[in-house]
Amino acid sequence: MNVAVEMDAVRRSALLNLSEAGPAPKRVIAGFGFWTFLLSDIVMFSALFASYAVLAKATAGGLTGVQLFDQRNVAMETALLLLSSYTCGMMSLAINSRRYLATFLGAVATFLLGAAFLALELREFQGMIALGATPQRSAFLSAFFTLVGSHGLHVTVGLAWLVLMMVQLSLRGFQDVVVRRLHCFSLFWHALDIIWVLIFTIVYLMGVLP
Amino acid sequence: MTLLGKLDWSSIPFDQPIIMGTVGSVIVVIVSVLSWVTLKGYLPYLWREWITSVDHKRIGVMYIALALVMLLRGFADGIMMRTQQAVAAGGAQGYLPPEHFDQIFSAHGTIMIFFVAMPLVIGLMNFAVPLQLGVRDVAFPTMNSISFWLTASGVLLTNVSLAVGEFAKTGWFAYPPLSELQFSPGVGVDYYLWSLQISGIGTLLSGVNFVTTILKMRAPGMSYMRMPVFCWTALASNLLIVAAFPVLTALFAMLLLDRYLGFHFFTVDAGGNAMMYVNLFWVWGHPEVYILVLPAFGIFSEVTATFSGKSLFGYRSMVLATMAICVLSYTVWLHHFFTMGASASVNAFFGITSMIIGVPTGVKVFNWLFTMYGGRVRFTVPVLWTIGFMVSFVFGGLTGVLLALPAVDWQVHNSVFLVAHFHHVIIPGVLFGCMAGYNYWFPKAFGFRLDERWGKAAFWCWFLGFHLAFMPLYMTGLMGMPRRLQHYDVLSWQPWLLVAEVGALVILTGIICQIVQIVVSIRHREQLRDTTGDPWNGRTLEWSTASPPPAWNFAVLPRVDELDAFWAHKQRVLAKQELPVRQHAYQPIEVPKNSPVGFVTAFFAVVSGFALIWHIWWMAGFGVLGAAVTLLAFMFRTKDEVEIPADEVGLFDRAHPVEVSP
Repeated sequence: MNVAVEMDAVRRSALLNLSEAGPAPKRVIAGFGFWTFLLSDIVMFSALFASYAVLAKATAGGLTGVQLFDQRNVAMETALLLLSSYTCGMMSLAINSRRYLATFLGAVATFLLGAAFLALELREFQGMIALGATPQRSAFLSAFFTLVGSHGLHVTVGLAWLVLMMVQLSLRGFQDVVVRRLHCFSLFWHALDIIWVLIFTIVYLMGVLP
Repeated sequence: MTLLGKLDWSSIPFDQPIIMGTVGSVIVVIVSVLSWVTLKGYLPYLWREWITSVDHKRIGVMYIALALVMLLRGFADGIMMRTQQAVAAGGAQGYLPPEHFDQIFSAHGTIMIFFVAMPLVIGLMNFAVPLQLGVRDVAFPTMNSISFWLTASGVLLTNVSLAVGEFAKTGWFAYPPLSELQFSPGVGVDYYLWSLQISGIGTLLSGVNFVTTILKMRAPGMSYMRMPVFCWTALASNLLIVAAFPVLTALFAMLLLDRYLGFHFFTVDAGGNAMMYVNLFWVWGHPEVYILVLPAFGIFSEVTATFSGKSLFGYRSMVLATMAICVLSYTVWLHHFFTMGASASVNAFFGITSMIIGVPTGVKVFNWLFTMYGGRVRFTVPVLWTIGFMVSFVFGGLTGVLLALPAVDWQVHNSVFLVAHFHHVIIPGVLFGCMAGYNYWFPKAFGFRLDERWGKAAFWCWFLGFHLAFMPLYMTGLMGMPRRLQHYDVLSWQPWLLVAEVGALVILTGIICQIVQIVVSIRHREQLRDTTGDPWNGRTLEWSTASPPPAWNFAVLPRVDELDAFWAHKQRVLAKQELPVRQHAYQPIEVPKNSPVGFVTAFFAVVSGFALIWHIWWMAGFGVLGAAVTLLAFMFRTKDEVEIPADEVGLFDRAHPVEVSP
């Protein structure tokens, strides 16, 4: 859908050779730039994943993933985050057709689901720390808390950003700049899902392999 | 816990006469420059036209100025090391105690890579890329300003470490476990980590900015295969920034967590793995080499083509070689530590890839040679730097191929042979390239050329001094001399190191020539004035606008139909024997509005960085909050562009008709 909108904006003659069309419209530049930034963010996570993979067995006699990870909790977290991506997608559709109420509803749903995810994650961390499984205990736990915590930090930043965007939307309406930023927000939110799917697989599923 | 964390009067090394003398003179220089600026009433001008500027040309100039100042600092560190090693043989201990010597070699490496080479390269890209693409600015001009000021914050923090506390004593890559709290309890490593973390964010944002600019903003008609080679190399370099710098950010975050919160990523106990740091460091570090050298290759390409009066030989193969290097740079990192203990097949793999990456580089050298062959070469200063590069770089590259053999590498690992090798690629490759670019684009930036005679003198001093300073290190390296020695007992090394010292002094003469060159050029600027906008009979679009270009770069965006668009345009005009009718239908132009957000954010970044280094938690919170509020205020601004009326655009354009020089 978004791609179709962008194609309309490009001059018809330029369709023959898009690379000769001259400077792209702002909306394309903002989205593309933000995507590039997200790619760099994913590279950062890849370094954290690599360290986790190296240190996953370095438990230094402490608790291991099999003993710590609660599959039911993780399943709930995953469901909440994926659902929030769905509501975020609904919000994007509402923005494209410039519907205020639907946009706000989508945002509220996304926020609540994201916040619930974060609450479950914090509860999980709290439980682990209560068992003595702190990040200071072993290299494995250092890597675990850093990797999963970085994702959680991104979700937190996303939630704050969403609140700010709703404030901007109510103050300024569907101005170009607001729509561009909302577009970037949705890219960000979906990218966090990609990271979470990898965390789910590499940390939680592979972590409980016998 | 006190109000000022770990900071107290004992943090300032009053008992060290060398440091205190340096700090004293730096303070005197800063105070006198500041008071001169204030008394002359230049502050509002500086604030309006430079500090808050989001113009890519101004930001580029500031990057380069920053890099040149830091070159003096980095070079001072270098010559201090050379002097120490020239005298500290046998029983002599020289004039630098070990803990000071350790800080000097760490600071030298850190500063030269992060605060000289990086800002030089990014500055030249900032200045030239949008002009070469025929557009009005980069994709995100305010973010560009933030990038610059964050880099400057890192520079400031590193320099503060000279006066308050200490710098890292771990070498410029801060390998654990030495850089862990257990073995480096001081603030040195924290200075290193926070300055690089802050400036690294700036670099990453620059990378995002330029990738977007080059891929999404080019003049109408400029397809990828019509882009100047410098833009291609800038694209490759920035793709590498986007893909490599996040690894460094993650890596430093892990070491910071180890040091501040007792995590165990790289510690010797609780399962930490120090070699993981080394691997991740060079996963960033080897692409970094190409981040620096690819744009320099681009500059050499532009210079060679322009001053040979020919189009570049093998444009397509040059593009292909650039992108091949871009990809291959990720496959060689392990050659920095063949002695890690990986299996023979792992070492063989990385040895072979390291040799393969020499192939596209060789292609480039032949392309430059064939461009010059049969051309009418003008031996200007940029051409001298280019030829000097070609001669030296091939030599440095060959020692690299030698080091790519794991069996040889085991013999000379961590010796000064290695030091000689990487200086032999980085100085001719990156620094000579940036000096060529600096002399080449200076008239575009300021409207007058740099003095040729002093420029040539500077080149010859650098060229000869460089070889005098580093060739002896190959010899002592083969004789078994390890790097980073504060003193040594083998007297047969000393004659070589004395020669190296002489070389460093010759380089110093070169630097003095460069300072004189600027002063002389400014004094004679009327004779050196470039009124045409095209002082070198250039080929690419930056020469088709006035020198210095207006804030909007081009009154009308140029239409590009082929490679070397401006050259082709001039040829058509010459063939017709008449100047084309100037377009008079000027449109109003929107240019990005100046913004203090970069400067203010960087101010708060320095505050938080300093506070975190010294464990002053309330101040760190204040700094982070301040930066957040600044960015928030920026997010809510209502106007980010100002419109230049069509009349003003037309007035400027008619006053600066670009003449076509034969």
